[in-house]
This record gives sequence, C-alpha cells and structure tokens, in this order.
Amino acid sequence: MKQYLLAVHSVEGEAEPSTEVIQQMFADVEAFNADMRATGAWVFAGGLHPPTSATVVRIKDGEAMLTDGPFAESKEQLGGFWVLKAADLDAALELARRGAVACGKPVEVRPFRDDAED
Amino acid sequence: MTEGTVADAFRAEYGRAVATLVRLLGDITLAEEAVQDAFVVALERWPDIGVPPNPGGWIVTTARRKAIDRFRRESTREARHAQALLLHDPDEPQEVGAVRDDQLRLLFTCCHPALSTEAQVALTLRLLGGLDTPQIARAFLVPEPTMAQRLVRAKKKIRDAGIPYRVPTESELPARLRPVLAVVYLVYTAGHSATTGEQLVQEELCDEAVRLARVLAELMPDELEVLGLLALLLLLDARRPARTGSAGELVPLGRQDRSRWDRALVEEGQGRVRALLRRGMPGPYQVQAAIQAVHTDAADSGATNWRQILDLYDLLLALLPTPVVALNRAVALAEVAGPAGALNVVETLPLQGYQPFHVVRADLLTRVGRKPEALEAYDRALELTVNTVERAHLQRRRAEASGAG
Repeated sequence: MKQYLLAVHSVEGEAEPSTEVIQQMFADVEAFNADMRATGAWVFAGGLHPPTSATVVRIKDGEAMLTDGPFAESKEQLGGFWVLKAADLDAALELARRGAVACGKPVEVRPFRDDAED
Repeated sequence: MTEGTVADAFRAEYGRAVATLVRLLGDITLAEEAVQDAFVVALERWPDIGVPPNPGGWIVTTARRKAIDRFRRESTREARHAQALLLHDPDEPQEVGAVRDDQLRLLFTCCHPALSTEAQVALTLRLLGGLDTPQIARAFLVPEPTMAQRLVRAKKKIRDAGIPYRVPTESELPARLRPVLAVVYLVYTAGHSATTGEQLVQEELCDEAVRLARVLAELMPDELEVLGLLALLLLLDARRPARTGSAGELVPLGRQDRSRWDRALVEEGQGRVRALLRRGMPGPYQVQAAIQAVHTDAADSGATNWRQILDLYDLLLALLPTPVVALNRAVALAEVAGPAGALNVVETLPLQGYQPFHVVRADLLTRVGRKPEALEAYDRALELTVNTVERAHLQRRRAEASGAG
C-alpha cells in the first residue's frame, strides 16, 4: 500500500456557501471519513483554520524569523487534508473523487515519498 | 547480417520487449535499460550466430538475464525488483496472448489521464514505438533536452505516484480509452500534417499510429470506436502516396491522382466502415471514418457525394460539437449549397489561431469574389504555417487567387 496526501484547496475571495450547504458538507465529509476508517484506508485527516492564522518560521543565521501569514501570495491555500492508504494511483484518485464530492472543493493527490509498511 | 538487421528487429521488437520487462520488473526505466542491454548483446552476437528464429523471445530472455546481472553487480538497487525477476522462471515460453496483454497494459499506463497529453504521446512513441528521444523531439518541434526531460518526468510520475500497470475494468474503459485513441490519432496527424521537412520521421509516425491502431483493434474487437479509429487511419493512409507530387509538393485531395491510392488499404478501410455501419452505434471516430469512406468512394473528385458527406458532418457535429468540426462541415456545405452560406458559418467560428480556419476562409472568399480579403486570409494562414512544403502550397494557391477574376 502507498500513502497519499489528498489536499483540499480553497480559493481566496470565493463566496462563502450558505449555512445549509456547509452543514451538508460537514455531514458528507464525516460519512466519507467513517468509511475510510471502516475500510482501513484512514491514516489521518484534518481541517485547517484560514490562512490568515498561519505563521511561517524561517531560519536565518541560526535564528528563527517569524512571518505573519501563509507561505505564498498564492490565491489557492490549503484548507484541509486527508492522508490515506491506497493500492495505487487509480485507487487514490477514486478516494479523491469521493472526497471532492463530499467537501465540494477540488482535491490535489500527492504520493508520499516512502511506501507504507503494510 | 548487418547492423540494419538488428535495427529492424529493434523497431519490431522494442515495444513488445519493454512491455514484457515492465511486467516482470515493475519499473519502466529498469525495463528500458535491460532491453537496451539486450540489443547491445544482439549487435555483438547476431553477426556470428545469425538472427535467432524468434528474435523477440531472444531479446526478452537476454534482457531478463542482463537485468539479473545488473542487480548482482549493483547491490544498491532495490532488492524487490531483483527478487521479482529471479523468482520468475527464466525460460518461460512467450505466449502471443501474454505479450499482447503486456503491450495493452503499458499503453493504458502511458495514456493514463493523470499524465498530460504531451507526456502521453511522448511515452507511447518511446515505449511502444521504440522511437528515440531525438526522433520524438523532431516530430513535435521541441528541443531534444526538453523532450528528454518530459520523458524522464513522466516516467518518474508513473513510479512515484503509483500509476498501475493494468487494463482498466469494463466500467472504467470508456473514460480510459478516450485518451488512448486520442494519442494514437495525434501520432498519426503529427506524421501526416508535416511539421518538419524530414520525411522519414513523418512516415515513421504514420506507420506507428496505424500499427498501434491495429494492435488495439485486435485486442479490443468489441470496442466500436477502436475499430472506427483504425478504419479512419487506414483510409487516410491509403491516400498518403498521392499526397506528395513528383517535386515533393503537397497535393490536396481534390487534385490527387487517385490511381496512386493504396487500393488494398481503401478496401480494408471501407469494409471496416460498412461493418461498423451495420452495428448502428456511431461514435466520432466511426463517423470520421465514414466521411473518409465517401471521399475514397469517388472515382474522381467531381464524383464526390458531398450531400452524404454533409449529412455525416451533421451527425459528427451532434456527437462532437466543436468549432473545428463546424469548420470541416462548412467545407462540405460549400460544395452542397455554395460558398456564400458556408462563409457565413465560418465567420462565426472562434478559430483565429487555427491555421486551417484561414485556409478555408481564404478559399471561400476567393470563390465569392472578395479577392483582397481572400489574399489577406492567405497571408494570415501563411503566418501560421511552419512547414516549407505546406507554405509553398499556400503560396501557389495565393498566387492563383491573386490572378483570378
């Protein structure tokens, strides 16, 4: 089995969905998560606070330099992610498809460098 | 016994051997290294021992032994690859069916939708066609290092992301087949539409596309669009000998010497189109093949049944509603209903950067007698034409238009 990062990106300036839509999204994501645990694909997942809550730590001359805000001036920011086990990319892409349906946002799939042990 | 014999074997056997070695080793780069090693051995030994009765089997067996040697020499290589190889019976007979399955698996890997179209085409030509990087780079007008990097990246993504080597399941097949057919068609058009002056490369691309289409049709005889693509390529390829005149100039369909068409290919293509029509489930490749069948049916260009071609384009436009299809339909419309109506259609199409748009427009403008605009359209088409043979052709047509009326 390989491990894949399924990263959910939110686009800055996009209109916030209605409360009902958000409620439905939470329910769908929770159902997807429960299924990932039941099938053994689950490794870890989490949702993040908005990029405005980010702090970047850079080492300069051995000292930690702190910057308020996220890494890049990018319009797309990481909003949450799953780490899941899958047999191959096709299996991971199918999980990503279901995850994207559940959370209503595009999902980027990236393989981890080292294969999981099992 | 010359180097040419080994080169012939290379062209014929490279793709098959790589496909089998990929299955055994689970890694494209290792498979290519092993197969290349085997061809080096062939170059050394075949002059003495003669070409073996089954060159493909010989190459696969030798490649496998070379890979084992390599693993023993380089202990740093991942042990599981070596293990997979060593566990395998080294003298397993090469069944024809198994070899075909290997090729099909590899073709679906090369054309995986997680790879860009450029990467899909390059990988297919490299791994299944055995074309080398400089040849592929020339065919697509890309500097050699760029093409080399594209291939390395694509192979790395297959390995790192875990793109599997397998034939898609029935339910996945329609979506997964689409890029495969598109790649084969792209390979053909890249050869056919002359991007460089090097004739040899173009012929190779056309031949390779037809070969791949035949392999696909053999492997998936129930997929009608696969059969449609093969029929389409056969009917285009039948006219290849007549597309170039004695001075190397481009001869358009309407002016071709039809006795130079390859009759056997015409008949095979038309036979396949008739069989597909009886199945009654038209798809875009089948309809395009049918259009080409009507063209090749006419004894001379004046006898072309444009009414039938227009009907087929109406069907194609319904299946594939793109501006490019609408442009091609307009050409048929001009023959059926005159150039003025066709011109009205063409003027609405958002195809400013598409060279054939300006060629068609220039022709229609000439025919309705709007000469200055026609010449401008030819100039715009010429600006977008890289190939020297095609440029010369357009300049001739521009001169004819300039003299007319």
